[in-house]
Amino acid sequence: MSKFKKKANTKQDIPTSALPDIIFMLLFFFMVTTVLREVTINVKQRIPDATQLRKLQRKSLVSYLYIGEPKKTSQWGSEPRIQANDVFIEPKDVVLWVNQEKDKLDEVERDQITIAMKVDKEAKRGLVSDVEFQLRKANARKLLYTTLQEMEE
Amino acid sequence: MARNKQRDNPEINSSSMADIAFLLLIFFLVTTTIANDRGLSLLLPPDPDTMEQMDIKIPERNIFKIQVNSADKLLVEGEPLTDVTAIKSMIKEFVLNNGRNPELSDSPKDAIVSFKTDRGTSQEMFIEVLDQVQGAYYDMYADRVGVTNKQWRDISNDLSDPENKRLYDKGRGLKDGKVEFPMNISIAEPSKIGG
Repeated sequence: MSKFKKKANTKQDIPTSALPDIIFMLLFFFMVTTVLREVTINVKQRIPDATQLRKLQRKSLVSYLYIGEPKKTSQWGSEPRIQANDVFIEPKDVVLWVNQEKDKLDEVERDQITIAMKVDKEAKRGLVSDVEFQLRKANARKLLYTTLQEMEE
Repeated sequence: MARNKQRDNPEINSSSMADIAFLLLIFFLVTTTIANDRGLSLLLPPDPDTMEQMDIKIPERNIFKIQVNSADKLLVEGEPLTDVTAIKSMIKEFVLNNGRNPELSDSPKDAIVSFKTDRGTSQEMFIEVLDQVQGAYYDMYADRVGVTNKQWRDISNDLSDPENKRLYDKGRGLKDGKVEFPMNISIAEPSKIGG
């Protein structure tokens, strides 16, 4: 009889106290590995694949340019455009933009500014090379074409 | 003793904590992007206005020509090519020729890969070709120091480590401040003609 009574005393509920810890771990992972979206991207971004990727080291020195077809084609047309910090700019404005970005950096690091271009697959080389030409003028020669990792054979 | 038995286990109900954590997690999942700061790196030539205009005669054999037209059709060394991945081995053969074949480069130092596109060429095609060209050079550098292509790229990503710096300089053949094995990729101004 006493044997049965003991069995009835054991707790039936599954301990769930570890669950928040697991979720918190996931949460911290996401908090560390991600950056808050700073700008709303108004252009289509179908990033091309490549195999020979390099990684940027100093993220504070990086400024981003987005090039692609605007998402709101009714308002902005279907021609690919350049987006920098939430606004569309023309190639000739790139020099001004680069200088603004350089002003945000420390004086000693200004020459090391890296421009990361996120270019849509369908964008034409003409527009992209216009931007490159302006970057050369603005003396921001470090460039990175953002690409995705292609599966190697 | 008897009093102890009556006492309940002091326990804080923490089941809602999981819900709160989940909410936070979902918030971060939605509002963030995984930082994608990887891609093909490139160093642009200096400002054309300040550059001295010099006409340098480069022998034809030292230039490896890649041209792409507005329909994304490829022309390599004057011959049409459909398979982009073939460029890699062609460049390796061209750069490592060391004067043996009179049609190919004199030495790795003189070899130049010229890449010309049209204004109508898509960025996708451009990236694909640039990927092959850079891949060929990374492969050659990696072979020189006896590492894999992937390891080479990791090394060149982090030059603050002296060992990495040493390997990096060895791979590129840095001698007396000059690189013996430079990555000469010339990206020409795109043509305006549709062809």
